[in-house]
Formats: sequence, C-alpha cells, structure tokens
Amino acid sequence: MKSDRVFGLVAVLVALAYIASALQIQTSFLSDPVGSKTFPILIAAAAIVCGVSMIMKPDQEPDWPELNVLASLAFSVVILVGYAYALKPIGFLVPTAIVASVLSYQISPKPRFAVLAGFGLSLGLFVIFKYALGLSLAAFPKALMG
Amino acid sequence: MDILANLAIGFDIALSPYTFMLAVIGCFLGTIIGALPGLGPSNGVAILIPITFTLGLDAVAALVLLTSVYYGAMYGGRISSILLNIPGDEPAMMTTLDGFPMAKNGRAGDALVISGVASFVGALLATIGLMLLAPMLARVAYLFGPAEYFALYLLAFSTLGGIASKNQAKAALASCVGLGIAMIGLDNTTGMPRFTGGNMHLMDGVDFLVAIVGLFAVSEVFVFIESHGKDSAVGVKLDKVTIPYREIWQTRWTMIRSSVVGFIAGVLPGAGASLGSFLTYMMEKSIAGEKGGFGTGVAKGVAAPEAGNNAAAGGALVPMLTLGVPGSGTTAVLLAVLMTLNITPGPTLFTDRPDVVWGLIASLLIANFVLLAMNVPMVKVFVRILSVPPALLLPGVTMISFVGIYSLSGSYFDLVLMIAFGVMGYVFRKLDIPTVPVILGILLGNQMEDNLRRAMVLSDGDWTFLFSSAIANGLWIAAVLGFVAPLFLRRFLKKPELTED
Repeated sequence: MKSDRVFGLVAVLVALAYIASALQIQTSFLSDPVGSKTFPILIAAAAIVCGVSMIMKPDQEPDWPELNVLASLAFSVVILVGYAYALKPIGFLVPTAIVASVLSYQISPKPRFAVLAGFGLSLGLFVIFKYALGLSLAAFPKALMG
Repeated sequence: MDILANLAIGFDIALSPYTFMLAVIGCFLGTIIGALPGLGPSNGVAILIPITFTLGLDAVAALVLLTSVYYGAMYGGRISSILLNIPGDEPAMMTTLDGFPMAKNGRAGDALVISGVASFVGALLATIGLMLLAPMLARVAYLFGPAEYFALYLLAFSTLGGIASKNQAKAALASCVGLGIAMIGLDNTTGMPRFTGGNMHLMDGVDFLVAIVGLFAVSEVFVFIESHGKDSAVGVKLDKVTIPYREIWQTRWTMIRSSVVGFIAGVLPGAGASLGSFLTYMMEKSIAGEKGGFGTGVAKGVAAPEAGNNAAAGGALVPMLTLGVPGSGTTAVLLAVLMTLNITPGPTLFTDRPDVVWGLIASLLIANFVLLAMNVPMVKVFVRILSVPPALLLPGVTMISFVGIYSLSGSYFDLVLMIAFGVMGYVFRKLDIPTVPVILGILLGNQMEDNLRRAMVLSDGDWTFLFSSAIANGLWIAAVLGFVAPLFLRRFLKKPELTED
C-alpha cells in the first residue's frame, strides 16, 4: 500500500519537474507546428495520471528485504560502481576477481567457493574475451606492463 | 513463385559454412541461456549484443546469431521448468504446470522429449507463417503514413500495458518512463539539446543497449543477492531418455492447434510469447475437460504451452520485421539489434535488404532442425548445465555485461548508467512494475515523436489528421480496446499460480 503511494507521489513530482524542464527547452529558428516541447509534456501529463492512479489505488505492499539485506544490496551497488571506475586504470584481472568474489559471497555465503569462483571467472572470462573473441582488454595496470 | 525465389536467396546465405556455424553456435548458446534459471531470452540476448558488435560481425551474421539464440532460449526454457519447477524464462511458466508433475512421476525424459518435439512443431509452423505473412504485411505497411505509425506505436504500448501486466497504471507509467528517457539528447528536428542538464555524455541520448543490459541483466544480480540463491530448488533426476512415439502422435492435433493460436498471439503487437503459452494451455485444458487431467502431468499439458510459446516467438518477428514494432520483450531486444546494425525494419526492408530478411528466415528454418537435434537426443548435455550454481553464474553475467558495455563505448558514464538502470530494474520488479515497456519506450520514443511531428507538418497543425484514415482509426480503436478490455477480462482469465510441492 504505502510503497505504491510513495512511488506514485515521486512519479508525479518527477513528471512536474520534467514539464518545468521541458518549458525551458530552447527553440530554434527551425520550427514545426508541434515543436520540441509538446511531446515531452504529453508524456509527463500521462505519467501524472498514472502516478495519481497509483496513489488512489495502490496494490498490496511488496515484501521489502530486511535492513541487513538492503545494506548488502547497497554495498553491492557501491562495489559495482567502484568496479566501473577501476576497469580502465587497474586492468581487468584484479578488479574482476575481487568483485566477482564479493558478489558470489553475497549470493551464497561460502567463502572458499566465492574466492575460487572470483578467480576462475576472472581468468576464464579474460581468456575468452581476449583470445577467443579478440576484445582489447588490459590484464594489469598500464604502469606495470611498461 | 516469389517466395521460392526469395527462399533460394535465403538458403544460399544460410547454408554458407560461416553463417551455418553461427546458427549452430547460437542454438547451442541459446539453449543453455534458456535452461539456466535467472537467464532468459531477453537478458540472454541483451548481454550478447554488445559483444556481437565488438566482434564486428556484419548485419546478416549478427542477426542470424542472435535470433538463433532467441529461438534456442525458447526451447531451453522448458528444461528448468520441467526438472526444477523453475521457469527458465517467463513464457515457460505454463510448462511447469504439467511438466514438473510429470517429472515427479518419473517421466522427466518423456516430458522433455514431448516438449522438445512440440517446440519444434510450433517454431517450424511459425517460421513458415512468418515466411507467408510477413511479405503480405509488408505490402500493407506501405500504406502507413506518419499518422498511422503514431497510432501503431500507441497500440504497441497499450496492448503491452493492457495484456501483459496486472496493473494498467503501472504499465503505462513504465512506458512514460521509457519515452521520457528517449527524449533526452538532441532534438531530431531542431537540433537543440533537451533534458541533458548540460551533461556532454547525454547529448547523444541514453544508449538503449545500456538500458537493456542494466534493466534485464544487472538487476538479476540484485534479485539473487536478496534471495541468497535460495530458489535453486532440488530438482528431479533424469534417468533414461526414450522417445514416446505413441504420445507424440496422440498430441499431434494439440501441437498444431497450439501452434496456430500461439502464432496469432505472437503477431499481435505487445502480446508475445507469454500470452501465447497461456492461451494455448487454457484452450487445451478446456478442450480436454475434467477427464483430461491437466495439472497432474499429462503429455498434452506439456505439448500445448511449448508449441504455443515457440510459435508466438516466431509470430512476434512478423510485426518486428515489417512494421518495426516489437511484440514482446525479446523482440524489443532484437529490434535494438537491428537499430544498432543500422537496419530500419519496415516495409522497405523487404525490398532493400532481401538478403537480411530471407537469410534470416532460411537460417531460422535450419536452426529449428539443429535445435530439435540438440533438444531431443542431446538433452542430457543441457541438463548438466542446470547444476551451475547461481553464485558462479550471476557474477559471471555481471562481468560479461560490464565488459560488453565497456568495450562498446569505453566510457565510465555508460557503466554507471547501466548500474543505475540495474537498480531501477530491481525497484520496479519489487513494485511489480513491468520493465519491458521502459525498453520499448526508449527504443520507440524518438520515432513516435518524429511521426507525430511529421503528421502535424503534413496537416499544418491540424490534430484531426491523426484520425483521418481508416487504418489509423482502426489502430486507435484497437489501442483503446487493448488497454481497457483486460480490465474487464481479468476477472475471467486468471493466471494459474505455480504448482507448489
């Protein structure tokens, strides 16, 4: 109940902000009868109708995970973002082994399996990507490779 | 005969050793992807797209590879339905209803063979249907102007929201989210930036591949982290696989009927394979009546949904190729493939690029026989794959997603955007908001707006132009009906829940 209402409200607010931002779109000398603002505003208007209807008629409350599970989800997001930024400077092998181990441990908490899975995936995928598929991936940091 | 001449062109391409090899690889990968719980046709194809492009395959080759994966995944989905009671993908859900009871009765092998043959019949008939119907529809599509296309896109969103979801408001909101995201970037007509917030990365708009991989593949990891892989139930053992010829012969009419119904369900824009398997199961259940024993593990209960969903998978290619409007989540992903390959689906595709269309059709015909061979005599190979634990599989899927997107664009921004889409996919799934309309919105948003604006340019701003032709009016009516009718029908058509142990 509550989740749908909150989400509906967020949708309405975002849609209003979207309309406000659509009204700011610069027009150019090339114009047509519809213009660049109409369609985005139509979409946002439809979204507002949907949002309001979610507030009025919410579905059953989904079972949200407990706090510690939410924390581990948040942690996985953080580590994935870190992975995104590590891929280029540090190379493929080390970050992949670490991130894959962590994700594996989070899915099923068996430390030995997780570490093996991380290393296996890191090496196996590197070989497939680099040699079978011919993608250009750096294995280690550029500085170490000379 | 036009069709024969065209097919000759097609087979010429499809039987070249290179294309044939790609089709076999695609079938193999597809069956694995379909069989693995947590990977289905849409996210399986999604993670393979970026890699296919980085490999530099040409249009025909890439399309043959990825559609073989698509067909293969539709076959493979039944394996985990039958042995684990976990549908490998959404359309395979109906197969669990009779497949799992059958496996528990010690007839796992029979269930796999019957459903494999049913998949073959469904997919083969649908491919033939595609061959006959698509060129005809392509001719009709020449009559489509901007007003008709606008109405058609609307129809796709409304049927997708109406039929495929439980809550209209949520499905429509998801479409709006997708359309809203599509607006980000440079305006096609005026060339002015919209909703970019001054961010240079957003000038090109949001790449739909990033959204697809994020929503379909990365979100899956979060779902599994939440459930700790607990869903990986202990399955049923498969002993010997023999071919139950008698039962296959007995279910022949069920397979043919289900193929026809499934194909029609697939052709309807927005409906897709899940509807196909659902309709055919319910149809056969009511034909068999009380004595049919549906739900207790009967051959017809396995044959009907499998023929239905594979036929729908073929049928869904018809609107995708002729009109550029996908009929399901996976065909939306395949449309993304075409758009990235710079092929514009639509009536002109059939005249301008016959090699693409007929090469694809011929490859699908061949792929079907390859899949039959893989899924009946070699089914044991794929059963082994089910024992891959999620704790190994999902980190692997994530890494493949990252490398795929990274090798495509090489930008951190896209990777972070992909993670954001993953989080969005997780939250949407929790709230029971479908994610397919989001993808469809991102894919079709710009074309929908362009057609609206072109229509208004033609009519000099007269809005009644949108309702000025019979085709457009028919599409508008269908769109409204497709959105509203399920509200009333829902009371009568209740989806059966998964069977409990």
